[in-house]
Amino acid sequence: MTSGRNMTATSAVAYAARLAQVDVVAAYPITPQTRIIEAIAKFVADGEMKAQFVQVESEHSALAATIAASSNGVRAFTATSSQGLLYMHEMMHWAASARVPIVMANVNRAVAPPWNIYGDHQDAISQRDTGWLQLFAETNQHALDMTLQAFRIAEDPRVQLPVMVNLDGFTLSHTYEPVVVPEPEVVNRFLAPRPAVDWLDVEHPKTINGVVSPEHYIQFRALQKDAARRALVVIEEVGEAFAEQFCRDSGGLLSLEQVSDAEIVFVALGSAASTIRSMVRAWRSVGRKVGVISVRSYRPFPDAKMAEALAGARVAVVWDRAYSFGCGGPLAGEVKGALYGRESRPVVLSAVGGFGGAPVGPTELEKALEWADASMQGRPVPLETWFGVKAYRDGRTPDGKE
Amino acid sequence: MARNETPLVMPGNSSCAGCGAVLIARLVTEAIGPNQIMVIPACCMGAVATSFPKATFNVPVLRTAFASTASFLTGLEASAKAKGQEVTLVGFAGDGATVDIGLAALSGAIERGHSFVYICYDNEGYMNTGFQRSGSTPRGAQTSTTPGGALGRYKAEPRKDIAKIVAAHGIPYLATASPAYPADLTRKVERAVAVKGPTFLHIMSPCPLGWGFPSANSVELARTAVESGLWKLYELDHGVLRLSLSPKKRKPVKEFFAPQSRFAHLSDDVYEELQRAVDEEWTTIEKEGFSLRCETSRA
Repeated sequence: MTSGRNMTATSAVAYAARLAQVDVVAAYPITPQTRIIEAIAKFVADGEMKAQFVQVESEHSALAATIAASSNGVRAFTATSSQGLLYMHEMMHWAASARVPIVMANVNRAVAPPWNIYGDHQDAISQRDTGWLQLFAETNQHALDMTLQAFRIAEDPRVQLPVMVNLDGFTLSHTYEPVVVPEPEVVNRFLAPRPAVDWLDVEHPKTINGVVSPEHYIQFRALQKDAARRALVVIEEVGEAFAEQFCRDSGGLLSLEQVSDAEIVFVALGSAASTIRSMVRAWRSVGRKVGVISVRSYRPFPDAKMAEALAGARVAVVWDRAYSFGCGGPLAGEVKGALYGRESRPVVLSAVGGFGGAPVGPTELEKALEWADASMQGRPVPLETWFGVKAYRDGRTPDGKE
Repeated sequence: MARNETPLVMPGNSSCAGCGAVLIARLVTEAIGPNQIMVIPACCMGAVATSFPKATFNVPVLRTAFASTASFLTGLEASAKAKGQEVTLVGFAGDGATVDIGLAALSGAIERGHSFVYICYDNEGYMNTGFQRSGSTPRGAQTSTTPGGALGRYKAEPRKDIAKIVAAHGIPYLATASPAYPADLTRKVERAVAVKGPTFLHIMSPCPLGWGFPSANSVELARTAVESGLWKLYELDHGVLRLSLSPKKRKPVKEFFAPQSRFAHLSDDVYEELQRAVDEEWTTIEKEGFSLRCETSRA
């Protein structure tokens, strides 16, 4: 096996953009994304990357410029985090509805106020319904591999949708891990140039993104819905093709570890899933039947696969690093939705925590396992628990009891 | 029809009768020719550009959101460079999309020096949505959000001078124009196309419905604005500023304001004050020459 170079996930993403031979990068700096665009700037300045690198005046413009470039047929890339992603929101919808196959790295970071630059998933989850496909990296290697896969998924004629590659702020973005950087010629065999588009052909002029009547509007939305559903197939295919060529499993919809005979199954996104993997190995070594599902594709959400994977479990602990206020953990909600109508399904416990860089580590996970055990033993337990919250100063407890 | 025989702005489009903007669109588009990509944000001309499946422009049009004309031009320029494509990139945006919501993007794109022709057709308000006030609405105008009312709440503030703001960026080429002077407008568009880097045209765009005047009089009103000395035609070409036209015998400014219902509440005292301001301004121009300092608010 090729040994990797030590690098952060932000460097890994920059290498991926370079290997994908992107034509246009338009970006605006924000912590912790900055190292991606700094690395790209250096590649371009050193002549190692041919891309047009445009340093725009805002994230709204970063995504707008990326959309326009992609509409003109080139391969376009951008990256952001947190507030930057929120500032892009209008253009997020625009990109997906305009069907431009942009790839964007989102270095997951908490949302203000109060200000916090560390990792959680509120930024990405708040863009859930914009129509973007969303992949989550567990490791720095995934950040590179998924970015390459993302271009192939986005540009597949069956899909034609933008893809966001999520990587956890600091946990991945500023942490060094060995990463294998593939040779350009190998990447070229995996990722063909973008198929030609003629949207803005001056010989055959068209008006793109115009005004339509209600009867036509829903047709556009239906096409978009079908494309996002077809991505379920394409993401699996691309993940398999990648694994075959590079001998690494770093794609697909879900990654299952020790799930088939597990009584308790953890479900998580991003680097938390990789932490849970190591806990699962430790628990297995002492005879506990615990498994983990890493959700690699959050959009499209692989509901059927999720339900099948959880069919044999008694308790599913779904870990959310984001929250839908007044409702619950978003991923937990989606897992419950996937299980609807299934005869064989586990109890779903919604674990919420790891906000603003708070740990999802052994302490939290051991507590979560005790909680799952209590549920399995038939004791009355809450269906949702926030981890790491202290009692409030007025003496109330975080679960709302006086 | 063969490509070169087809008009670039098609007849039968959905613009209002007497629309200044569609006249400007035709003059600009024909001056540039078929080798262009046009970016149109939310604005009157966005609504005119398509009613699916019909299209008004016979050149590629990429519609964008309100704030993003200049950032779309940015991305298009980068992609054209990447492809080695030679094409004129045109932004065609109203005053709201330019002086208000899109100003940061415009400023950024000019600062970065991308090559494009940005047309701001200025109908002095959000006309497509029913005549709301914009930063380019002149002082004293009645709009649907400065309705006057019992308390006389008309637009209280002078308009932003977008041309001066753009000039402050050190833009290679900037011009003002009027649809009443098509030869001057066409020449300025052709010059903008020839200039490398960002270029900006600020064009007065009379709006019969929003301003409240008969739709047959759009061109006449635009001409009166110039002949009264209110709307100055000038260009700033690589730092050299020149007036395109000095009206020898200026018409009274009242001839511009009085036919418009949005100014119906103005009294003769106000007209006299407006006339004095314009006269003083032109006296200064005649004595000291034209400079961008001369520009004062017009109402």
